[in-house]
Amino acid sequence: MPTAETTDFKQMALARLADQAASQNDQQRAAAQVFARLDAPTRKHEEWKYLDLRQLLGQSYQLAPAQPQWAAIDPLLHQYAEDQANVLVFVNGQYAPEHSRVVSNPAQVVVCPLAEARQKYPDVVAAHLGQYAQYGDHFFAALNSAWAANGAFVWVKPNQTVAEPIIAHYVTDSSEASTLVHLRNLVVVGTSSQCTFIEHYNSTPSAFGGLTNLVAELAVGANAHLDHYKIQDEAANASHIGLTQAHQQADSRYYNTTISLSGQIVRNNLGISIDGSNCEAYMNGLMVLTGQTLVDNHTAVDHLKPHSQSNQLYKGLLDGRSTGVFNGKIYVRPDAQKTNAYQSSKNILLSDSATVDAKPQLEIWADDVKCSHGHATGALDEEPLFYLRARGIALEQARAMLMFAFADDVLARLSYAPVRDHIEKIIAERLRWQD
Amino acid sequence: MLKISNLEAAIGEKQILRGINLEVRPGEVHAIMGPNGSGKSTLASVLAGREDYEVLGGQVDFLGQDLLELAPEERAGLGLFLAFQYPVEIPGVSNTNFLKAAVNSVRKYRGQEPMDAVGFLKMMKDKMKLVNIDQSLLSRSLNEGFSGGEKKRNEIFQMAMLEPKLAILDETDSGLDIDALRIVANGVNTLKSADNAILLITHYQRLLDYIVPDFVHVLYKGRIVKSGTKELALELEEKGYDWVKQEAEALA
Repeated sequence: MPTAETTDFKQMALARLADQAASQNDQQRAAAQVFARLDAPTRKHEEWKYLDLRQLLGQSYQLAPAQPQWAAIDPLLHQYAEDQANVLVFVNGQYAPEHSRVVSNPAQVVVCPLAEARQKYPDVVAAHLGQYAQYGDHFFAALNSAWAANGAFVWVKPNQTVAEPIIAHYVTDSSEASTLVHLRNLVVVGTSSQCTFIEHYNSTPSAFGGLTNLVAELAVGANAHLDHYKIQDEAANASHIGLTQAHQQADSRYYNTTISLSGQIVRNNLGISIDGSNCEAYMNGLMVLTGQTLVDNHTAVDHLKPHSQSNQLYKGLLDGRSTGVFNGKIYVRPDAQKTNAYQSSKNILLSDSATVDAKPQLEIWADDVKCSHGHATGALDEEPLFYLRARGIALEQARAMLMFAFADDVLARLSYAPVRDHIEKIIAERLRWQD
Repeated sequence: MLKISNLEAAIGEKQILRGINLEVRPGEVHAIMGPNGSGKSTLASVLAGREDYEVLGGQVDFLGQDLLELAPEERAGLGLFLAFQYPVEIPGVSNTNFLKAAVNSVRKYRGQEPMDAVGFLKMMKDKMKLVNIDQSLLSRSLNEGFSGGEKKRNEIFQMAMLEPKLAILDETDSGLDIDALRIVANGVNTLKSADNAILLITHYQRLLDYIVPDFVHVLYKGRIVKSGTKELALELEEKGYDWVKQEAEALA
């Protein structure tokens, strides 16, 4: 039941921040002050023009965590094999230690909730938290930064190759009322180290939609390698607004793969600052959408130093009345000579009511660079379809094969096989809904 | 096996086939020749069920069924195979997975159980030898980055795997060097039997030195204007098409 004090999102958030004021640190207090000055984004803001947030911001949210419904949550946590993985579980933003476990050697890597890291590793947290995700006039990121949000903390020590991936499960359980969840992740990868960090967002099916407000920061040290997946498979009435910001030092590799499968309104801001030479950044995205899901991907790669390479490949398979947005920015600063920056977005519309908006934005101040962008949206090609059918393969199976093939170069980026197999299974089931 | 009667077809506004009549019986090899634009590839496409073409009239009976009523995959299931003039590259679909899907689809139409992995691999190994195709090609994406010869050999390899009743080879020989042509022809000759039939669509007589036809037909302006035995092909090679054209124009 909406009440006067909760129907205005900003008022509700300010009231809640006021309750937390006594325990806020300086960083949070500064963010709260910025948040107090910002208005919720509307479609008049260029950066938010594809999203109608009125319904999201007009509904009431429960903030106090509800009693988790484990019967509904449990299956979401065991969808693929994780025997050889570190697992952190957060339900409605609360850490669930009894469902989490760390298998890696603590001398190599620290894996724990951020709240614990604030106590145990204050120097590491202070050195990185809030240093990369600049909220500027980002309403939700400023709110997140003001909030004492919990999330995953991963700190890989220098010269370590962490064999076991770190999987963080985030489940929103809105079984009693719409839930507003703030999440904050921090991953720090030391010099010459390597690890895989997997964020998996789910929600229990319920009559109420929830809203997740995420900020993730990833500090990739010199000569380090971070493989990072963000998997979104939230309920059709659950929304997600996320800001993911990576910072790369020289000779590092950061591979981001963002898979969006479901949700009501999903906004992914992914930024990478390439702050050293000889870096490699991959931003791969796949949307497989149906119903009325809207996924808005905003990427921005900022080349600050010379001799680095970035590659953006975003693909979409859109059915029903779903909408996909790809807004890809490439900045090449004056010092970033010999930059190679590529961007490509390809989408297949599987219904007449599905739509895609794609907008490349390149700002290049250096003169000796190679940059390209390309965008294509269309129906499934007829010629390959005929070829497969002429070999006896039935129309629906031929279509599914071609859609899988289309998604393949993004899925191939998921080198952790259990997750890849799981995503492929979901997509296969989704494609069968077609007939 | 195949009986084409008065087949007329168009692409868009343009009528291309103007009354084709042709009968193919089991065990026979027919060659269809003709100048560019005479309708050879259109005939192959219409028989395989390509949707860009509109059938304006006529009938095609294939093994007792009205072929033109069937979807392309049903035609393949019944035993029709088209070796494409331009095999399609499909990135992301592995050659092997594609073959498995195709073989099991066709088996399903024929009321057979799907093949298990071991049986399928054994069959693949046997058939690979036939066209001298390399294992590494099969683990790659379908036709992606294949040379012209590799693509055509892959078509014949697919034919070997699917064991069709009627194979239509649409200019499979065009653009092949002599070694590749020999491999392709040898594959086709090995697959030939008393139960199946082959329709060769070709521009060049050279192919017919390697795959010897029982009948040669000349297609001109959407009609078969002359039929004969393999000697007709040699005559065409020697004299060109002008005399056939003149004969056809005189009759028209």
